[in-house]
Amino acid sequence: MKVLAAMSGGVDSAVAAARAVDAGWDVTGVHLALSRNPATLRSGARGCCSVEDSHDARRAADLLGIPFYVWDFAERFKADVIDDFVAEYEAGHTPNPCLRCNEKIKFSALLDRALALDFDAVVTGHHAKLVDGVLSRSVDQAKDQSYVLAVLRPDQLAHALFPLGDSTKNRVRAEAAERGLSVADKPDSHDICFIADGDTKGFLAKQLGERPGDIVDASGAVLGAHDGAFAFTVGQRKGLNITTATPSGEPRYVLSIQPKSNTVVVGSSRELEVDQIRCVRPVWISGQPDDDFECLVQMRAHGMVTPARITVGAAGELLARLHSTQRGVAAGQALVMYDGDRVIGSATITAAERQPVAAETSA
Amino acid sequence: MTMHYLDHAATTPMLEEVIAAMSAAMAEVGNPSSLHTSGRRARRIVEESRERLAAALDARPSEIIFTSGGTESDNLAVKGIYLARRAESSARRRILISAVEHHAVLDAAQWLADHEGAELELLPVDELGAVDPQTLKSSIARDPDSVALVSVMWANNEVGTVQPIAELVLIAHEFGVPMHSDAVQAVGLLPVSFAESDLDAMTMTAHKLGGPYGAGALLLKRTVGCVPLLHGGGQERDVRSGTLDTPGAVGLALAAELATADRADRATKLTELRDRLVSGVLAEVPDAVFNGDPANRLPGNAHLSFPGCEGDSLLMLLDARGIECSTGSACSAGVAQPSHVLLAMGADESRARGSLRFSLGHNSTSADVEAVISAIGQVAERARRAGMAAGPAAKENATSTTTMAGRL
Repeated sequence: MKVLAAMSGGVDSAVAAARAVDAGWDVTGVHLALSRNPATLRSGARGCCSVEDSHDARRAADLLGIPFYVWDFAERFKADVIDDFVAEYEAGHTPNPCLRCNEKIKFSALLDRALALDFDAVVTGHHAKLVDGVLSRSVDQAKDQSYVLAVLRPDQLAHALFPLGDSTKNRVRAEAAERGLSVADKPDSHDICFIADGDTKGFLAKQLGERPGDIVDASGAVLGAHDGAFAFTVGQRKGLNITTATPSGEPRYVLSIQPKSNTVVVGSSRELEVDQIRCVRPVWISGQPDDDFECLVQMRAHGMVTPARITVGAAGELLARLHSTQRGVAAGQALVMYDGDRVIGSATITAAERQPVAAETSA
Repeated sequence: MTMHYLDHAATTPMLEEVIAAMSAAMAEVGNPSSLHTSGRRARRIVEESRERLAAALDARPSEIIFTSGGTESDNLAVKGIYLARRAESSARRRILISAVEHHAVLDAAQWLADHEGAELELLPVDELGAVDPQTLKSSIARDPDSVALVSVMWANNEVGTVQPIAELVLIAHEFGVPMHSDAVQAVGLLPVSFAESDLDAMTMTAHKLGGPYGAGALLLKRTVGCVPLLHGGGQERDVRSGTLDTPGAVGLALAAELATADRADRATKLTELRDRLVSGVLAEVPDAVFNGDPANRLPGNAHLSFPGCEGDSLLMLLDARGIECSTGSACSAGVAQPSHVLLAMGADESRARGSLRFSLGHNSTSADVEAVISAIGQVAERARRAGMAAGPAAKENATSTTTMAGRL
């Protein structure tokens, strides 16, 4: 089998490539250049876009004795991930760019190119498992990345290989050290790879400009001002700069972002609680279920898992009724449905609501 | 797997004779600047090498400044001559270089613009990659007193186009402006006489001639002022400091001697091989484009664009078949950027990205050429499929989520 190992320069993808070599596959390493003007040296914990990261990937490939190339995906990455990220924030949503990158770059642009070049699959260092073709959580629950992969369709997963799913991150690091890979103790990457300084708000302000508006409560009373509604996320508590305290002295949270009126609606933590999530664009790992079904849902990366009942409408819209209320559910994030550790499917959140207390249960 | 090395413009295999001569020189101790017996012996070797290199390039020994290679020579010429000229007259700020220069010239000039008040003017090229001498003339004539220097490469490293150096030098000198030329690709393949060229400065390097890495020279007329970049012992005419590299000088001189000695025969042979490669590739891939000047080009250079293909894919597929070539684009840390040379020649970005450079050299054979021809059809077809697969960015996710609504 001929496989293409996507090598970011981090420890996970290096060990994944090494295991692919051990499996006897014909492995070629590829580092994706996602920025036209990469920084020379890595700074902080953003580990995938600098020349140093590409160098680390190359050295890992040298050690494994596999061919290695750098492929330029900067244009695709900008169009499909960065521009989408900015547009989503502008629309008042909270996007997940890692999920988008898996969907549009690694398992679309890269996979399509790999298949056209006669490779059979793409190998990545994601912490997730494929059990009989079904995407499942990694044994390392803390590092599990099934959430950001759940957007992949079966035809994409059919050509994906995740060799790390049965190992903990600690085991992966130890193995990297045993193999003599220099990235064994390289820090984990965090944050968003294309925002070098970690300042998402500043990045968005640069892209979208300052757009001053009001911060209001649910009744519409103006409590403060902001420089751009796009910089806020549902559930956010810090950085609201509201001087008037609530009568009870309890903190305020962002309840919603209204891009049309450019307002940010804030309220108490109680008002943040929702139990009815509306979604679109469902993706099913093994086909769409015929009836309503019970499952576990997760609504952000590393977020809590909670039981819910799922109803899929005729036009593909999806409603998740949570059995208990949750806080901080933001439009634009993915709702991923699990059966235990196995992914059933995912959909994109468009709205989150609190069911009226005495609401009639719909059919 | 039989390997076919077709990337001589990047570097060419060292000649056996050069390896032997350098190995012998490396076994001897002696700093050429030392006064004792060992030092004098080393000095003698360096000076003999200087004389031999000068003879090979039709220059005077005192015009040879040993450097670490092409990049240093280009930087020294561009920065050093600019600073010297500006010191004589502060009005001299303009640097006129071709739009297709190597980055060692382009970026050195850009650095002067960013830090030393230079005004960088890029001389456009035609679709074959050549500078029109009239362009240079009108550019200088606009304000001759403000021109610090002109630099135009002898032959282009990517597409192989040979520039009209003799005419350009005449024009520069008509206005009393010094001219430098990067002749890294030309020496050993084209008849290069420093004296006849009347250039004020010329860059050459060893590893494109079968010599070692890290050894090169700037040929600099005795009358041309050049401010040093490396300060120290002043070993090379007070223009370049650093302990003289005796084995490097031996290898550089011998490689230049050997390369110039059989230059005409080798050029004829390489031209035949190159023409066969180009016609064979065009027969296999009829819509491929042969870039550069079909006649007035480096003998071993074949630069081709493959519409719909990514250079990255082509290179990988050929590499997997033992055929080594280049995407011909400036490589910034392994990230292929669309070639500034092709863009300057009027190519669009996709043509610039879908290009390959095959460069033949002293040990190239018709077996190498036939290997390319027999592989290229399948490779281009596959790369084209991959190019379509990874085509323009999808826009369908613009059907993004609707606004948060209906909160209660």
